[in-house]
Amino acid sequence: MSIFINNHSRVIVQGMTGSEGTKHTRRMLASGTTIVGGVTPGKGGQTVEIDGHQLPVFNTVAEAVAATQANVSVVFVPPKFAKAAVVDAIDAAVPLVVVITEGIPVHDTAAFFAYSQAKGTTRIVGPNCPGLITPGQSNVGIIPADITGTGPIGLVSKSGTLTYQMMFELRDIGFSTAVGIGGDPIIGTTHIDCLRAFQDDPDTSAIVMIGEIGGDAEERAAAFISEYVTKPVVGYVAGFTAPEGKTMGHAGAIVSGSSGTAKGKKDALEAAGVQVGQTPSETARLMRAILSR
Amino acid sequence: MDLFEYQARDLFEKHGVPVLAGAVATTPEEAHAAASSMGGRVVVKAQVKVGGRGKAGGVKLAENAEDAREKAAAILGMDIKGHIVGKVMIAQAAPIEEEYYLAILLDRSNRTFLVMASVAGGMDIEQVAHETPEKLAKVPVNTNDGISKADALKIIQQAQFPADIAEQVADTLVLLWGVFVSEDATLVEVNPLVKTSDGRIIALDGKVTLVDNAGFRHPDHEALVDASATNALEAAAKEKDLNYVKLDGEVGIIGNGAGLVMSTLDVVAYAGEKFGGVKPANFLDIGGGASAQIMADGLAIILGDKDVKSVFVNVFGGITACDAVANGIVQALEMLGDKATKPIVVRLDGNNVLEGRRILNEAAHPLVQQLDTMDGAAARAAELAAN
Repeated sequence: MSIFINNHSRVIVQGMTGSEGTKHTRRMLASGTTIVGGVTPGKGGQTVEIDGHQLPVFNTVAEAVAATQANVSVVFVPPKFAKAAVVDAIDAAVPLVVVITEGIPVHDTAAFFAYSQAKGTTRIVGPNCPGLITPGQSNVGIIPADITGTGPIGLVSKSGTLTYQMMFELRDIGFSTAVGIGGDPIIGTTHIDCLRAFQDDPDTSAIVMIGEIGGDAEERAAAFISEYVTKPVVGYVAGFTAPEGKTMGHAGAIVSGSSGTAKGKKDALEAAGVQVGQTPSETARLMRAILSR
Repeated sequence: MDLFEYQARDLFEKHGVPVLAGAVATTPEEAHAAASSMGGRVVVKAQVKVGGRGKAGGVKLAENAEDAREKAAAILGMDIKGHIVGKVMIAQAAPIEEEYYLAILLDRSNRTFLVMASVAGGMDIEQVAHETPEKLAKVPVNTNDGISKADALKIIQQAQFPADIAEQVADTLVLLWGVFVSEDATLVEVNPLVKTSDGRIIALDGKVTLVDNAGFRHPDHEALVDASATNALEAAAKEKDLNYVKLDGEVGIIGNGAGLVMSTLDVVAYAGEKFGGVKPANFLDIGGGASAQIMADGLAIILGDKDVKSVFVNVFGGITACDAVANGIVQALEMLGDKATKPIVVRLDGNNVLEGRRILNEAAHPLVQQLDTMDGAAARAAELAAN
């Protein structure tokens, strides 16, 4: 098993005809993902050929779902049009919508997140995230599929490149699913959602959780681990050296006053029994030690 | 982006929120001119993006224009918690009867927006929240519903505002929601919201934070940026579209992806503890595009930082291929020529790493050395910065 995506995932790409969309559709196809079509308003009816795959283009997600039985949408639409694209996918009741786009204003994200909550039929991952991968089954987003293969570790991370780094460090062991949840102030799927899913996934035996400065998602995750998660969790938190009041790359990565600090997050995780590495490689060593017990 | 009080006042006025007349001044003469055109008593207020300016002597009542000039002269140039006062706001003085608090903000924890309202205005609201939480109403707002007059009245009632001003305060809250949404703010705070002796409700002091990445629908927000507060290196980086933050350290950092770069800073700081406490000099995320031009721009900014003693380029090739990064480094060093003078430690891993390492080995640039691991490379960069 795995979480959120598997070999039954049928994926449509919103923004497939744009340059980023085309590039990543090619990569997803190459890693074995079942891509069944694309959505670009105004270009419906066309067929795009990508590496020998004939992919139909639809004007709306609802049309795409009706024609292809898609159950996942991945969004590569520019920030200006992202809200409309996600709302379109929610209206079509797509169970999983993965929003890769970086730079969506938080008011737009708040609006489509609230809309998804009200409808209750769509899980959103992201925005501003690398997506997720269940190695060997499905790869939705931009995570490189060739870093590692399937294995017993579940990974949840706010950061894309730290996800890749950690997959690389533990490449000989492999992953059930790795989820990049994104670095924006509001995201659709949290550490907690992934921890719960990994805890309930029989193919995941240990979990790596990567956090960073800003907000209190890691503190809340720590509380959740105490009450719900019995599988071993190792953690890593980035941003100990970040100054107060400065946004560090990710829109959500900012220490405000005394809240959102890396130390606060590390302390909360350790209090919940999570071993927290000082560097990514130390975190990987902690995971190795747990799995070899 | 946090706004100055006078900028918040201007935004409030634009959206119909009741405010008093106010004007910004950068010299005592301008303060005099503003005060005389307003007439009567005015308040001279230091414009700094930090709390506690009143206690620091940054807010003074002036009896007339001449007095305003003197008070402005005293306040301009003042150091308030490390912020040098470069501007004052001249505001009409008002006879205040009561002080209240109203704010709308992004609630990250609950992934929604939140109204906070209190009759205990004029104080530090975190103190109110801590000491008398019953005096602070917190009400989540679904952004797709917004705040209607009826919603606003309910919130005001919940916060126990006096009935005689409930209508006015509710109207103000609806207008503030308009500011919050139409300007893409993550914070709109009025503290205090005052009731004057003639019964008017006025936003006397405002704090506004605007979303940085909504610029595509707010071309006018660019003019609100405080150029004087921006570090010269940060300004140069922004011109080149680089995601750069200046820090106080000696090891220049270039990496890809915000999380990996933050992690790189931390790892360098840990390594630096063994080498006299050297620290990272900056945050610089070159993102997915590691072209020669981006690498050259990044290296030029970092080498232009006189505090930098060594550079650490830490790239994990995901989508980015390491050979492209290596070519970027080689070409960047060619472009920079004599301007490149500091040792550069490079750690490449991931997509096409062998080819990337081969390119750097073949180029054999005297300033460049490669290490295989992030921790090892961080230690080397720290060591080089310490010598």
